[in-house]
Amino acid sequence: MNELISNILIGIGLSFSFFGCLGLLRFPDVYNRLQSATKCVTLGTCAIMLSLVIRYGFNDIGVKGLIAIPVLFFTSTAGAHALLKGSHIFGIKLWDKSVVDHYREDTEGGEGNKSENNENA
Amino acid sequence: MMEYIDFALWFLIAMAALCLIRVILGPTVADRVVAIDILGIIVVGICVILSISTERSFLIDVGIAWIILSFIGTLTMAKYLERRKLNE
Repeated sequence: MNELISNILIGIGLSFSFFGCLGLLRFPDVYNRLQSATKCVTLGTCAIMLSLVIRYGFNDIGVKGLIAIPVLFFTSTAGAHALLKGSHIFGIKLWDKSVVDHYREDTEGGEGNKSENNENA
Repeated sequence: MMEYIDFALWFLIAMAALCLIRVILGPTVADRVVAIDILGIIVVGICVILSISTERSFLIDVGIAWIILSFIGTLTMAKYLERRKLNE
C-alpha cells in the first residue's frame, strides 16, 4: 500500500516536471519561462521526495528526504525572484503581447501599460 | 517494480536534455541561467530516484548540497545582471 502511494507520487512528480520543461521550451520570453518552470519543477521534485518518505518511513533515507523538501522550496523560489528582478533591471524586454508591467509602474511611476512603455522609450 | 523506477530515471534524464536544448537556444543570458537553475533541480530529482533504486542515503546529501550550490550560483548571476559588476 505504501509502495502504491509512493509510485503514484512519483508519477505526479514526473508529470509536473514534464510540463515545467515543456513550458521552459515553449513560452515566449524569460519571465513566462521562469514562472512556468520554477513552480512546476519544484513541486514535482518535492513530490518525488515525499514519495521517499512514504516508501521508507522514518529511517535515514526518509528523514533526509523530509529535510530536503523545505530547503528546495525556499531556495528555489528566492533564487527565481532575485533572478527575475535582476533581469528586469538588466533591461531584457517583455514579450510583444504582454499587457502590464507592475514593476516598472512601481519604480518609475506612471502607468505600466505596454503602449506607454513604447512611447517613453 | 524496478522497471518503473528505471523508467522514472530515464524520464528525468530526458527532461534534463530538454533543459539543455533551452541552454543552447536561449537568446539572452537570463534564459540560460533559468535553464541551468531548472537543470539543477531536475538533477536533484535524479539523485532521489537513484537513492530509491540503490537504497543508499548519501545520495540525498548530494542532492541537498546541489540545491544550495545552485542557489548560490543563481544569486550570483542575478547580482551580476542587476549591477553589471561583481565588486559591490
